[in-house]
Amino acid sequence: MGKYLLRRVLQVIPVVLGTTLLVYALVFALPGDPVKAMFGDKPVNPAVAAQIRAEYNLDKPFIVQYFIFLKNALTLDFGKTFSGQLVIDEIGRAFPITIRLALMAFVFEAVFGIIFGVISGLKKGKWYDTVILIVSLLLISVPTFVTGFLGQYLFGIKWSILPVTAGNDPTFIDLLLPAMVLGSVSMAYIIRLTRSEISSNIAEDYVRTARAKGMSNRQVMLRHVLRNSLIPVVTYLGQDIAALMGGAMISETIFNIHGVGWLTYQSILKGEGNLVVSIVTLLMLIFVVCNLIVDLLYAALDPRIRYA
Amino acid sequence: MTDMTTLPGQERYVAPLDETPLQDVDKLDETAPASSMWADAWRTLRRNPMFIISGLLIIFIVIVALFPALFTKQNPNYCTLENSLGPAAAGHPMGFDFQGCDVYTRVVYGTRTSLSVGLCATILVVLLGTIIGAIAGFFGGWIDSVLSRLTDIFLALPILLGAIVVLQMFKTNSSIWKIVLVMALFGWTSTARIARGAVMEAKNLEFNTASTALGSSPMRNLFRHILPNSLAPIIVIGTTSLATYIVLEATLSFLGVGLPSTTVSWGSDISQAQTSLMTNPMVLFYPSAALAITVLSFIMMGDAVKDALDPKSRTL
Repeated sequence: MGKYLLRRVLQVIPVVLGTTLLVYALVFALPGDPVKAMFGDKPVNPAVAAQIRAEYNLDKPFIVQYFIFLKNALTLDFGKTFSGQLVIDEIGRAFPITIRLALMAFVFEAVFGIIFGVISGLKKGKWYDTVILIVSLLLISVPTFVTGFLGQYLFGIKWSILPVTAGNDPTFIDLLLPAMVLGSVSMAYIIRLTRSEISSNIAEDYVRTARAKGMSNRQVMLRHVLRNSLIPVVTYLGQDIAALMGGAMISETIFNIHGVGWLTYQSILKGEGNLVVSIVTLLMLIFVVCNLIVDLLYAALDPRIRYA
Repeated sequence: MTDMTTLPGQERYVAPLDETPLQDVDKLDETAPASSMWADAWRTLRRNPMFIISGLLIIFIVIVALFPALFTKQNPNYCTLENSLGPAAAGHPMGFDFQGCDVYTRVVYGTRTSLSVGLCATILVVLLGTIIGAIAGFFGGWIDSVLSRLTDIFLALPILLGAIVVLQMFKTNSSIWKIVLVMALFGWTSTARIARGAVMEAKNLEFNTASTALGSSPMRNLFRHILPNSLAPIIVIGTTSLATYIVLEATLSFLGVGLPSTTVSWGSDISQAQTSLMTNPMVLFYPSAALAITVLSFIMMGDAVKDALDPKSRTL
């Protein structure tokens, strides 16, 4: 187990380095002068511009900039934004909000996705199975931003039971609608995944064997069918935590939640390269850690998998 | 050897042939030409109602995209502010948006944008992904290691994020081609992984050894035998990802980094309709519905193709 963990961590290092380099290259090596952008339409004093360039290491070659960024990032020093804020402060403000939002969306999609998926898979062909299938197909087809507007219109304006936008310090109620919107597509995928897993596992020989041994229906379902069907669902859910945090860009923009997604989008628009690279690096680390946890969870769910 | 068929004290019952399902085996016409996997898949597809419904919808959508003028006589960019947010009227079944443009006409003309971006991006992604995946799977060794790590690196970067960062640079002079290229740049990874797996599997099959024994070169093997036998999973992911790219284009246009404002796009129309959500929500509804129906058709088609080509993963 320890050896396996070590190997996985070592495998991850080149990927993390490569992806940060890729993002860094995209953000900094492409055309556009951030110093010029800082001054807007005003004429730029060359001496001041040179000083700013030196302060942000913009005068050094690209690859040197990247290594300075990496070295500082190891000590959680992500530098300053062009507007003079500490990047770590900005991230510190935004992350807790997005973590709450993503966790709420995660609970929403996991609970409802698995419940509806199990119902649908066990009662294949019944009318509610058809309804659940159609609704999940619709949720997958409608892009998140449309679901968001629809939710805003129905819950916020027509029935006015939930707030339309969240703002700076959102409460649980504020985040309820955005979380549902954020988790809706993944919920639909989980429904479909759980349904197809359950309905194929029910026909397996080991289920017939368990019944033949005289196990009660409840025991067969819980101990055999559900446990085996949930392995791919857990994989999906694990990878989805990070995807939710990254995918929060759309729902946070629609509902005006000042979390990581909103911050990323704003900093891309404003050309705040440092902030973009820092956020992407953190999100990637979360992605990697989540994947690792999923792999370890496998062992608990599926005893056939052993870590050599 | 003693008689093994009956053990001592055990009587054996042999069912008559017509009580077993074995008679179906005899019914098989062995003289008919063997049906290929593709013929089998086509037969499964034809019987699938989901395939028929989505197929008809897609044909209709393609006709609208090719000949928008058949469906409306108006110019999508002809807008008069005095009609702003006007209700449905004769000749304008969906009313007017905030700028006073005819919503119906814009929905009709938006079809071409969505479809062409989705199709071009998918074709490019499938080509790029298949080439990279096939090279990695066929040659193996260090080439595979390098390409696989490259795939991991691009896979870890969310496509939406990468696309926004790059497209932000071309904000002032974006075009359909730039969007398609950016989507292909960040989208090839999943196809590459699948192509790599499929090629590695097909490489070790006997027909390949036989072909080598008969003297064909590795390259001939790759193109004549390995690639045709790895196509099924690649086609499945291609059909499924078409819907993804249509949604991605709409999302990018919605965020304002997509197509130029002169191009009629459902995504940017939906984004503009956001401002009139309170007063006239129908302006938002129509382009959203068009987008949803298009995406739904391609998702259903993807499911049907997947069921036909990959019988192990039936969804319905």
